[in-house]
Amino acid sequence: MAAAESYPDDLKYHEEHDWARVEGDEATLGITWFAADALGELVHFEPPEVGASVTKDQSYGEVESVKAVSDVIAPLSGEVLAVNEQVVGEPETVNDDPYGNGWLIRIRLSDAGEVDSLLDVEAYRQVLANQ
Amino acid sequence: MTHPFLALTDSDREEMLGTIGVATVDELFRDLPDAVRFGRELDLEPALSEQETFEHLAALAARNADAGREVSFLGAGIYDHYVPAVVDTILQRGELLTAYTPYQPEMSQGVLQAIFEYQTAICELTGMDVSNASGYDGTSVAADACYVAKHATGRSKVVVTEATNPQVRQVVKTFAVGFGLEIVEVPHRDGVTDPDELERAAADAAAVIFQQPNFFGCLEPAPDLVVRATESGALPVAHVDLLSLGVLEAPGNYGAALALGEGQAAGNFTSFGGPHYGFLAGRNEFIRRMPGRIVGETVDTAGERGYVLTLQTREQHIRREKATSNITTNQTLLALGGLVYLTWLGPQGLRELGETCLSLGAYAKQRLEEAGLEQVFAGQTTFKEFGVRVGRNAREVVAAARERGVHPGYALGRDYEGMDDVLLVGVTERRTPEEIDRLAAVLGEVCG
Amino acid sequence: MKLIYEKSQAGRRASALPHYEGLPAAPDLPDELRRSEPPRLPEVPEFELVRHFTELSTRNFGVDTGFYPLGSCTMKYNPRINERLAALPGFARMHPLQEEDGAQGALELMWRLQEILAGVTGLDAVSLQPAAGSQGELTGLLLVRAYFAARGEGEQRRKVVIPDTAHGTNPASVTMAGFELTHVQTDARGNIDVDDLRGKVDDQTAALMLTNPSTLGLFDENIEEIERIFHGAGALMYYDGANLNAVCGISRPGDMGFDVVHINLHKTFSQPHGGGGPGGGPVAVRDILEPFLPVPAVVRRDDGGFGLDFDRPQTIGKVRGFTGPFGVFVRSYAFLRMWGPRLREMSEAAVLNANYVLARLKEAYDLPFDRLCMHEFVLSARTMKREHGCTALDVAKRLMDYGFHPPTIYFPLIVPEALMIEPTETEAKETLDAFCDAMLAIAREAEDEPETLKEAPHHRPVRRLDEVRAAKNPVVKYGFEPAQAPTEV
Repeated sequence: MAAAESYPDDLKYHEEHDWARVEGDEATLGITWFAADALGELVHFEPPEVGASVTKDQSYGEVESVKAVSDVIAPLSGEVLAVNEQVVGEPETVNDDPYGNGWLIRIRLSDAGEVDSLLDVEAYRQVLANQ
Repeated sequence: MTHPFLALTDSDREEMLGTIGVATVDELFRDLPDAVRFGRELDLEPALSEQETFEHLAALAARNADAGREVSFLGAGIYDHYVPAVVDTILQRGELLTAYTPYQPEMSQGVLQAIFEYQTAICELTGMDVSNASGYDGTSVAADACYVAKHATGRSKVVVTEATNPQVRQVVKTFAVGFGLEIVEVPHRDGVTDPDELERAAADAAAVIFQQPNFFGCLEPAPDLVVRATESGALPVAHVDLLSLGVLEAPGNYGAALALGEGQAAGNFTSFGGPHYGFLAGRNEFIRRMPGRIVGETVDTAGERGYVLTLQTREQHIRREKATSNITTNQTLLALGGLVYLTWLGPQGLRELGETCLSLGAYAKQRLEEAGLEQVFAGQTTFKEFGVRVGRNAREVVAAARERGVHPGYALGRDYEGMDDVLLVGVTERRTPEEIDRLAAVLGEVCG
Repeated sequence: MKLIYEKSQAGRRASALPHYEGLPAAPDLPDELRRSEPPRLPEVPEFELVRHFTELSTRNFGVDTGFYPLGSCTMKYNPRINERLAALPGFARMHPLQEEDGAQGALELMWRLQEILAGVTGLDAVSLQPAAGSQGELTGLLLVRAYFAARGEGEQRRKVVIPDTAHGTNPASVTMAGFELTHVQTDARGNIDVDDLRGKVDDQTAALMLTNPSTLGLFDENIEEIERIFHGAGALMYYDGANLNAVCGISRPGDMGFDVVHINLHKTFSQPHGGGGPGGGPVAVRDILEPFLPVPAVVRRDDGGFGLDFDRPQTIGKVRGFTGPFGVFVRSYAFLRMWGPRLREMSEAAVLNANYVLARLKEAYDLPFDRLCMHEFVLSARTMKREHGCTALDVAKRLMDYGFHPPTIYFPLIVPEALMIEPTETEAKETLDAFCDAMLAIAREAEDEPETLKEAPHHRPVRRLDEVRAAKNPVVKYGFEPAQAPTEV
């Protein structure tokens, strides 16, 4: 069952509809409800390899529905610590629970200062309002 | 007079223009700047009736020396196998003939199921997990394989054996320019590829393409070639003849990553080179890299089995510049001909056909030897084709033999240096022993 | 319906092959090369084969079945004489490596077709070799590449400009040809945004790729200015001929300033479409590009005979086996001879039909660009979706219940909930009216009984199919095992 629209207050956002949950020098990354809803039910997640580095504002993977494919943009730079294998096996988890079980990867931040450039929930809602 | 391909009457036009709100058809084109309007009549010959068109084209057809007018031993990639009447019958069903791409599955279950059955047949023959719905021909699917291999391996070189069909090599080289790939050829040694040489060339290669049986009809040490390619980290790509696969091992069973080829021999007329179909199949790990359409099984809302185009995010209409290929229109009708033909043959027929081609080939070699012609690669096992030395320029021999009603084969000097005196003789099940006797007699005469 | 593999019984067969007495035994094949297990091809008698594929045909819809307004695909009627001609033994049983003197009829046909296509496009030289439109695109871009390489500008001119309305094949071809993409936007009237364009064309630009009329079915009113921008910057102009059916005999790409054109023979010049192909994608070029065309070129010799010319030192090479899909040429040549100079009437009727359908439908659906259209037009179901929850997909599925093939949907990408309708020239007014009546009825149904749309189709051999399931767990060949219970997804 697809989740209802929500944008948690405790997350940081990127205007390409990605979120980050920053915990110390690590962060969990995912795509927002808006992105998941626009794509429709996900059928495939092409993840990066553990140990690979991701760069802020650049693609680190792809998510696909039946009719669309989208790059997943890294909101922050770092090294991939973990890939959510549940999403690899059951991509629709992202639609069901975009901020919980539907996370995509965990990274170790290479530049904690980048966090300041991300949007808070109010700023992200403004981005959505302008879509 | 209303053209027979139009349906609008003068009163239809008046009424329609009224609904649109313009006075004349010309007004519909008002967005065209004057400078780009043609403004005169096309300089073409007057329109013909159907009858006149038939007579004109029939006269053109009558000036061609087709395989019904010359006893033809031409092969070299395109073969005169018998096409059974059921192929014509099925392909002329208007519902299949005049449909387009099955984007709307509920309107297209016939074509979709047929493609699914075709994919199954190709996978069975090649020993692969996934087949696409067809490529253009045996050359374009080889170029497709290069594109797959480039992205799968991140490497920028492709090795092609020199004993691979020259048409295939030429097309691969053309597209390699755009793909950013370097093409390296490995020479043949006495008609086949040397695995050691292949292995040396395959270092850092994205793919190794070889043909089995190769362009000379010789059987390559294919399993060994595959091992050498794999050890170098290159994808082994087998270019195969579907009709050999009743007697020859499936490339998937000896480790090829991709199997592809020209489908014409299975169910299409020679048709001066097309339209035919190229087939392309691969191991499951390449499913998301496959070019072109793929049909998958699913269920409808009532739980009934049905078929849809699937994994479409690979394709240009969704993935655009990152697509696995730009292919859209493919060769579905010809691939359907292939499916009908393979169904007609069945597994026993396919094996018998292969055995008959082998026996007829052995007979042809024997008869030509008796006529004084020496095989160019005498030690090799061949399928459907073999090269013979004709003692003079083979193109002259072709011309002289054709005057005697026999097209004796393909002059290999057209593609291979130092082989001006070699003729590639193709023998399908359609060439009778009597016709082979005639070939031997004619060649004995014109080569002597 | 069962698969042919599910009808198979060991020991049955449809074929009997000739048996030749007295031949030597087949040579022994080395063990490692011999087939280890036979392929599981179907084993059925001939009548079962015919019934199976006949039944499949009854589960399919073609132009012969009914109206097929699939935008951008030009699903016109296919004259049956085409099929009879292509099957003549003098064509069908011709080997492509036959010597020239044994292929004069085939070569003459190809040469004559080239001449006609050069005349219709207003260009100088034609190669018939590419197998379909997208291969024509790639060929055309490689010609552009070779042209600039020969001028020493190959490294410099890397960019190809594409409008956001382009078919997906265009950007895919650009990548495959080794160019980089520059996107240009569409303006409020549906033309290329010329202001956006000016800033994007410079001495790094190799070419523009443009479909004109565009995939919106609109003729670009600024085509002269666009031509000045590109040629002024030393770049070339590529014409995607997908929509040539709108302008035959009315406006020629060469006169619009294009230097290279691909033609979709299967769209404009009548091929049977065959469930997805075959097609033909000849390229026509201005004289500056002729030296680079694929080999062999089909030429008329000084003695009046016809031949194949391989001696083209600057050629890009071969793009397909032999000289192209010859059977496709037979059909399009026949079609063109039956039209002759009257071809203009074909395009006029196509444009009249499209505008008529547009006029009847534009009150009931959104019309994103309110202009007269060319041979096709794009509506949107955006308001319907917002107000009644019914989408372009629902409209498409419901049309099936009315006996029509749906239009192209969700393309071009710049129009949300797009419905792209191309009636073609061959349809009668009664057919167009019946289609319009159905579209209007569906618009009313969306208001009154939206579930009827969402659950459509109701009268096809299958109901709406689960594409998510197919993509998630791809089953792309028959399993040969006993049927298993469907997995829940």
